[in-house]
Amino acid sequence: MIEIKQKEPIAAGERDSMKNEMALEFDAVSTNESFARVAVAAFITPLNPTVEELADVKTAVSEAVTNAIIHGYENVYGYGRHGELKPVHVKVQEGKVYVRCRIEGDILHIEVEDKGIGIENLDKAMEPLYTSKPELERSGMGFAFMEAFMDDLEVESKPLLGTTVRMQKKLGCSNFIQGED
Amino acid sequence: MEEFKVIDNYLCVKLPEEVDHHKSAYISENADRYILGEQVNHVVFDFEATRFMDSSGIGIIMGRYKKIACFGGKVFAIHADRQIKRILYMSGMHKIIEIME
Repeated sequence: MIEIKQKEPIAAGERDSMKNEMALEFDAVSTNESFARVAVAAFITPLNPTVEELADVKTAVSEAVTNAIIHGYENVYGYGRHGELKPVHVKVQEGKVYVRCRIEGDILHIEVEDKGIGIENLDKAMEPLYTSKPELERSGMGFAFMEAFMDDLEVESKPLLGTTVRMQKKLGCSNFIQGED
Repeated sequence: MEEFKVIDNYLCVKLPEEVDHHKSAYISENADRYILGEQVNHVVFDFEATRFMDSSGIGIIMGRYKKIACFGGKVFAIHADRQIKRILYMSGMHKIIEIME
């Protein structure tokens, strides 16, 4: 008979000392949005996050990276495939998006940086349903989602210099809420 | 195209596994072509295959809603899993569209 052993949860002491860092740098095109969130999701798996936590982090990263691409660098389309309904000669602005992640104990820190146009009115930008690009059918929920899905959100922006979004989330609460639901 | 199907006066849009900004232009533009071309009244978004959605998905739904609501059209969401439902509720979409099992 096969015995299935339950995966042992990481001991509290071991978890506190866990430290890990990574940094990504990629072109500011929409093709890379899924890459960024999948990479971050893979990075945090050692923390044993719940399905929900994983989805939360992925959504928040996706929002931040999408913001950097379409608002920071104003690249609305990617390198092709699915953007193909638009003329191919649409110029792709050059620019990089930087994603840095740090795990300290059971806290995940994410930093998404762009060197794009920056945000002039930060308070307005953070307002739910406000979007500077209504013609693109943006819902204006980006910052609201980041705030809702992460524990802490900090935005720093300088017009014409770029924007940095810092987020924090405590992970691995699965040990406490197992059995619920 | 398999993702877009017209049944009576409903347009059924089968959403991909991941709905993000990268895919949203393709979905919106094609859906609009059907809405205008086939004169459909209602739009049904099928989330059966969808495992991930961010605010771009909300943008798609809101955009379609605006296009058909003034003619008395309705927007439906079907097969949404827990995560998708959370996002729909969080953004207040449940007030303007019908979320069904």
